[in-house]
Amino acid sequence: MSAKILIVAEHDGTRLNVSTAKCVSCARAVAGAEITVVVCAAAAAPLAAQAAQIAGVARVLTVENPANAHALAAVLAPQLAALAAPFNLILGPSTTFGKDLMARIAGLLGAPQVSDIMALESATRFRRPIYAGNAILTVEADGAARVVGTVRMASFEAAGGGGAAAIEKAAVSAELPTHTRFISVSAAKSDRPDLQTAAKVISGGRALGSAEGFRILYSLADKIGAAVGASRAAVDAGFAPNEMQVGQTGKIIAPELYVAIGISGAIQHLTGIKDARTIVAINKDGEAPIFEVADFGLVGDLFQIIPEIEKLV
Amino acid sequence: MKRILVGIKRVVDFNVRIRVKPDGTGVVTDGVKMSVNPFDEIALEEALRIKERGGAAEVVVATVGPADCQQQLRSALAMGADRALHVQADGIIEPLVAARALLKLIEREQPFLVILGKQAIDDDNGQTGQVLAALWNRPQATYASKLELVGEGTARVTREVDAGLETLEVDLPAVITTDLRLNEPRYVKLPDIMKAKKKPLDTLTLAALGVEQRQQLKLVKFEPPLQRQKGVRVKDAAELVEQLKKKGLL
Ligand SMILES: Cc1cc2nc3c(=O)[nH]c(=O)nc-3n(C[C@@H](O)[C@H](O)[C@H](O)COP(=O)(O)OP(=O)(O)OC[C@H]3O[C@@H](n4cnc5c(N)ncnc54)[C@H](O)[C@@H]3O)c2cc1C
Ligand SMILES: Cc1cc2nc3c(=O)[nH]c(=O)nc-3n(C[C@H](O)[C@H](O)[C@H](O)COP(=O)(O)OP(=O)(O)OC[C@H]3O[C@@H](n4cnc5c(N)ncnc54)[C@H](O)[C@@H]3O)c2cc1C
Repeated sequence: MSAKILIVAEHDGTRLNVSTAKCVSCARAVAGAEITVVVCAAAAAPLAAQAAQIAGVARVLTVENPANAHALAAVLAPQLAALAAPFNLILGPSTTFGKDLMARIAGLLGAPQVSDIMALESATRFRRPIYAGNAILTVEADGAARVVGTVRMASFEAAGGGGAAAIEKAAVSAELPTHTRFISVSAAKSDRPDLQTAAKVISGGRALGSAEGFRILYSLADKIGAAVGASRAAVDAGFAPNEMQVGQTGKIIAPELYVAIGISGAIQHLTGIKDARTIVAINKDGEAPIFEVADFGLVGDLFQIIPEIEKLV
Repeated sequence: MKRILVGIKRVVDFNVRIRVKPDGTGVVTDGVKMSVNPFDEIALEEALRIKERGGAAEVVVATVGPADCQQQLRSALAMGADRALHVQADGIIEPLVAARALLKLIEREQPFLVILGKQAIDDDNGQTGQVLAALWNRPQATYASKLELVGEGTARVTREVDAGLETLEVDLPAVITTDLRLNEPRYVKLPDIMKAKKKPLDTLTLAALGVEQRQQLKLVKFEPPLQRQKGVRVKDAAELVEQLKKKGLL
């Protein structure tokens, strides 16, 4: 019997997040799997059309409700749990959206959840990092009727386009709570590439010294078309906003190029960049642990080096 | 009584460099330093601050785990919790089991607020708070970086999400999970450690709470991660740029 996999789409109301196509890639590792994407939104049609084009998707379900205008886990989870019965595996992205939502669905279903899936060996066997990526665990869901999972974004390429899946309206009857209300979201508008999908990322640490100090990174980043990230120490100190934090408890990324500037290389930081293709470290301390993982290391004062690099590129 | 319940999990200290056992059956934990999960310290700090501002009368900490976990409960009492509950359980406790046990404690203690960590830094599951909120059929506000009680019965929570900061309003009781920047936990002073020895710590069992210790995920094997190859040192900015251009990265 082929596995039936349901993928919960992430979107901002108009555009599908690339995380959805990455979940599809993860699901396609199961040979012969029948992949359904579900879009919960206030107006689902344009989003469903995007989901239908992802290669490998057999069917798109839409769940329309004005209450779905904002992604509130408490509101979405009962609707998704109501749709879960025919599926063996229910996947969402390991983004803050998916992490918040999927575990609530698992709770409603009494199902086990596998967090941060980095490889899918079958519909019931998964590999995931634990201890800040210092160990890789293989888990097997033994006899559970269905399993919930979140997909580690840095482990999968987005599935391509060219699909033409059928789109169906799903009828769900679920009681939706009013105990949780969306008030606002504040996101710094930026023209830089998105940190989670950028091919190049430049990150700064405590050594940048201030929000002013980060300007030299922004300037270099804009010149080479990179996104900007930060260590926890830099975010805690207020040099950079929280959405820029890279690491175990921030964003896990896999760019082609990662440049760590004035970052010591604590394990919690390294776990966020392990899958970067090429890592560059610039640090004045030649013994800093970041050099152990760097493909190219340069020892020196960043305030001197960064402007030099900017002139050369 | 206005009560806050805080989850405490015993984890390998964040400074420890974990090693996988050669036979792949687990990680080496013998003689390794154990601590309160850092996110739970933040949860407890937040609860204590609410109490100190007069927003709560009592802070109760709870853990589900083996006898050793009492050390972490004592640490929590030393930090300032009033009382501790230890649900004794050996072996693997999946988030669903931990959440079912915490729900039983909620039914007994009737807290108006339950604060957990957003993730435990050992298993990095990040599930227990959401599972608990689902079982309890109450609001959840995960990844909190700011928590305000507004009047009676509601809270305004700022959450660290991928896009930036999101604000939610939730009716109480609710489950909150903490992010790093919610607060900076206080240091424990020596006299408090002495005082903590006299604070109440009750032990219960999963069986007495009527919770079955089911394990739905089998741990098949543990492996060390792939190591990155050691790289090269370059002498200056010019050499770095040249190397990166050669690889087509600039
Ligand atoms: C090496 C190893 C790997 C494991 N892998 C898995 C796995 O892949 N999937 C799985 O389901 N289980 C797994 N387990 C099972 C298990 O022992 C975990 O403790 C359990 O999954 C709880 O998840 P967590 O600690 O990651 O919780 P999280 O959901 O990350 O914890 C969040 C918060 O919930 C609260 N909390 C969590 N557990 C407790 C508790 N026992 N008592 C009080 N408060 C608590 C704390 O406030 C904590 O900060 C694993 C166990 C080991 C030893
Ligand atoms: C539960 C928990 C979760 C965590 N999660 C994360 C996470 O997600 N992400 C994260 O990043 N951290 C995380 N941390 C924090 C982590 O342990 C480190 O404290 C943090 O990464 C250090 O940041 P840093 O490298 O910027 O600062 P530091 O460690 O202070 O390093 C600064 C570096 O800059 C160098 N330097 C100073 N001046 C110059 C100069 N002029 N030119 C060049 N180099 C210079 C120094 O040599 C030093 O190596 C977490 C910690 C805990 C306990």
